[in-house]
Amino acid sequence: MTNHWRDIRHADVILINGANPAEAHPVGFQWFIKAKLDPTKGPGSGGGAKIIHADPRYTRTSALADTYLRIRTGTDVAYFGGLINYVLQNNLYHDEYVKNYTNASFIVKEGFDFTDGLFSGYDKSTRSYNISTWAYETDGDPLAGPAGTTQAKAKRDMTLAHPRSVFQLMKKHYSRYTPEMVSSITGIPAQQFLDVAKIVGEMGRPDKVMTIVYAVGLTHHTTGGQLIRSGALLQLILGNMGRPGGGMNAERGHANIQGNTDHAISWEILPGYLRIPAPGQKTLDQYVAASAAKKSDPNSWNFFGTNYKNFMVSLLKAWYRGAAQPANEFAFDFIPKPAVNSSWMSIYDQALKGKMEGVILNGMTATSIGPDSNQVLQGLAKLKWLVVMDPLPTTSSEFWRAPGLSPADIKTEVFMLPTTHWIEKDGSFVNSGRWSQWKEQVIPPEGDARHDHWIFAELFDRVKTLYRQQGGKFPDPIMAMTLDYADPKKPLLDEIAREINGKDLSTGLQMTSFANLKADGTTTAGDWIYTGSYTPAGNLMKRRSGISDPAKNDPTGMGFYPNWAWSWPLNRRVMYNRASADLAGKPWDPKRPGIQWNGTTWVGDVPDYPATMDPKDPAAWLPFIMNGEGVGRLFSSSMNDGPLPEHYEPVEAPIPNPLHPNQSEDPVAFLYDAAAGRPNRFGKVDKYPYVATSYRLTEHEHYVTQHVPLLVGLQPQAFVEVPEELAAEKGIKNGDRVRVSSERGKLEVAALVTKRLGPVTLAGNVKSYTIGIPIHWGFIGVSAERNPELSKNWLANALTPFVGDANARTPEFKAFLVNIEKIS
Amino acid sequence: MSDLTRRQLLKLGAAGAGATALTPLANPLGFDLRLAKKREMTFRIAGAKEVHSLCPYCAVGCSLIAYTKQDANGKTQLLQIEGDPESPVNEGRLCPKGATAMQLATSSRRVEKPLYRAPGSKDWEPKSWDFMLDKIAANLKASRDNTFVAQDANGNVVNRTEGVAFAGGAAFSSEEGYFATKMMRTLGIVHIEQQARV
Repeated sequence: MTNHWRDIRHADVILINGANPAEAHPVGFQWFIKAKLDPTKGPGSGGGAKIIHADPRYTRTSALADTYLRIRTGTDVAYFGGLINYVLQNNLYHDEYVKNYTNASFIVKEGFDFTDGLFSGYDKSTRSYNISTWAYETDGDPLAGPAGTTQAKAKRDMTLAHPRSVFQLMKKHYSRYTPEMVSSITGIPAQQFLDVAKIVGEMGRPDKVMTIVYAVGLTHHTTGGQLIRSGALLQLILGNMGRPGGGMNAERGHANIQGNTDHAISWEILPGYLRIPAPGQKTLDQYVAASAAKKSDPNSWNFFGTNYKNFMVSLLKAWYRGAAQPANEFAFDFIPKPAVNSSWMSIYDQALKGKMEGVILNGMTATSIGPDSNQVLQGLAKLKWLVVMDPLPTTSSEFWRAPGLSPADIKTEVFMLPTTHWIEKDGSFVNSGRWSQWKEQVIPPEGDARHDHWIFAELFDRVKTLYRQQGGKFPDPIMAMTLDYADPKKPLLDEIAREINGKDLSTGLQMTSFANLKADGTTTAGDWIYTGSYTPAGNLMKRRSGISDPAKNDPTGMGFYPNWAWSWPLNRRVMYNRASADLAGKPWDPKRPGIQWNGTTWVGDVPDYPATMDPKDPAAWLPFIMNGEGVGRLFSSSMNDGPLPEHYEPVEAPIPNPLHPNQSEDPVAFLYDAAAGRPNRFGKVDKYPYVATSYRLTEHEHYVTQHVPLLVGLQPQAFVEVPEELAAEKGIKNGDRVRVSSERGKLEVAALVTKRLGPVTLAGNVKSYTIGIPIHWGFIGVSAERNPELSKNWLANALTPFVGDANARTPEFKAFLVNIEKIS
Repeated sequence: MSDLTRRQLLKLGAAGAGATALTPLANPLGFDLRLAKKREMTFRIAGAKEVHSLCPYCAVGCSLIAYTKQDANGKTQLLQIEGDPESPVNEGRLCPKGATAMQLATSSRRVEKPLYRAPGSKDWEPKSWDFMLDKIAANLKASRDNTFVAQDANGNVVNRTEGVAFAGGAAFSSEEGYFATKMMRTLGIVHIEQQARV
């Protein structure tokens, strides 16, 4: 989230796409309802915030929304695109913000083009783009600044009239997203869409603000990255980024998914979103030149790009202290450099190819998570060894005796290591709003269970001993890794939290801000975005000044509660908050200030800006200090499948793309099976006429709650939701057993016949049904044990396609084709 | 209360809510449940230690108060978990998952001992931690040495282990995740993933 949970109550309009917060984040949803019940919020003269929910399924979120739009899954680029078009065509954008706080005025190079669904530079043979034309026209000599972080000044036209200005290119691009086209793609009736567009359009007024809330319903698509960007573009032209009550707010699904993303349990980054180095980068300077954003305006601070090397060197010093010296580029060679994408599906893809020997699954069960559970099972069966670390049995620890598999044939050596529960250890969880909250150990470890990090530390120690005794490939980093803990085999989470924050090696004192990190090897920071969380004042994540004393603990009255836990970066509660104030530093809406300039300093939230920089100073930095442009990017060269979002159909779709039927799917979506030479396993409408989408229920969390009897009691058995009209056509009654099949597998579960799902009309006259598939069941857990026969085909992800988003390689869990039949 | 089914309980609750609107203390069971409930809670957590935790499920980040007590053997017993009213995030509220967090915390379904399944075997064998860790360490080293690429075909130093993957951790503490990142990269592992993408 750019903002945080409590902040949502400041919104006038809440646009919800690809999310169902009333059921998936019920306690967070209270802040939506607070906004709705607040008469000072809302469009026009107020009367309460308006909640607009676009979803294929009518959920409890829809029930509490002011408007529910039945949208076909995977078409939100078109929906957002239609809203963007409406705002641009009717001049409803926030003019001052668009001109000064976005790259609308930047001139794009000649040669940039978009025709028949393809941007300039596409190479069909490699399914990728040469992005050289997705760039700004520049002027004059390179700007001053550190090596690799500067370029020449980008040309701008502040009137926005230049035909190659981002603004005009964007206007042209989106002009195709008329209400009729939106309706044709999404299934939302054009008039209903226009009613929503009018409300959204009003949010371009400086005294109004809208938030966009989304979850994995937007990310789990081959166009996932562009789905999110579409929302961000809408928020930028409405002037809603950086403001309380605004922003792009991802509701994350697991207790510490945010913290462990920040700390880079993710192949493409190092802690703090530093890029993983690539082969060919021999020096730190080469790495920085290839990785850091480049400054394209003299008034752009480009803080991240400018400090990239400081952060990287401080990380290397944290990891390899004495072995990281200027003479060896601070042990830059110790960081492995992947040749190819190494994300989730790639692990099983490599296993299927026989190239993966061992996998460690720690609190994740590949079998259930999928996609394409049957293929994942084949992948696991090809491993030499599998380690599962979990407090409870999982569909992966037990994969070798999954229904239909023969244990004798599976040669994988499997280790099940019982780990401790969250409540048996301390440490921080970072919530969706980036609040790092510390928890205490409540009870001691159960039985023989061990903490995950103590297992890692023991394992590391034993591997190190083996290298010391036997030698082996490049043991240098293993020997050099810093283990600055009282007991290296049992590090305390408190000690690790201190390491993450980092220290000044010359004084030994904890760092207070990442602005002070250096590239000369005198500072450490395990994750620079957490520098400031554990200062000489102590562990700030433990702070508990909460709501019992709002006058003291929430001095701005904006709900920031700055002394409750700690929020990255630097305890800032709303990211990009310089953009919450106008050029002179006055809040766009004085009733909802983020930060404001009081003549000598910025006050309010922790400013995303130098605290004493006078906004009227001609040398003042542009508002978005973290990127090279200094402004929000409507047009960006950082995406693989286009500088502007475009609607592409899911890989399995019920209709050809109404915009460009000859380029129906995302041209850069990654087709794993095709790339590996395996047979194509995508289905078409003739055999699989229904759209399917998967989701979560309130009473379950992924798969672990299959072990919680109370929750199993509330949602006891696997089911799919079937629209009433379709059920009638198929002779399926509520409670009947049905078989749902895709080109990849089948699900045999109970049918829940419902009005919550219904048909949409696409492309003028195509009636399309959606079947809803909760993901929570499998062959492990309380209900599987109670129903051993029924539960054989309960893995929802047996159906999902093995295909990845063009940018993030996120699987397309949320849109695929199936058939359904009654089991007689 | 235990004889009531969930459906009956919901009905009673609904009737109670309706009646409350008319006469605040009216109750279909003829006595004030709130008082009884309050007394029961008082007993349950009387003298207990209050410890601060967080909900283990979604990323709203609801704060929890856990109540514990030492039993006769000096072992810490978890008595109750409830929402922390001081939190600006949840203000004391919990959803069905958070409200049943205690059942996850005290689950009788835990894996009690390290379990080993030999290639082709039909069963688990309970093993010691030493057995498991030694064997995994040996596997890890062997797979690293088998699949380590020091230089790629273009002569670039890449120092990567191609044949081992690590995936995990959307439910363990940040500090554990950080330690995992540091250790796995140090071992040269490039296939590193967690729940964010899936």
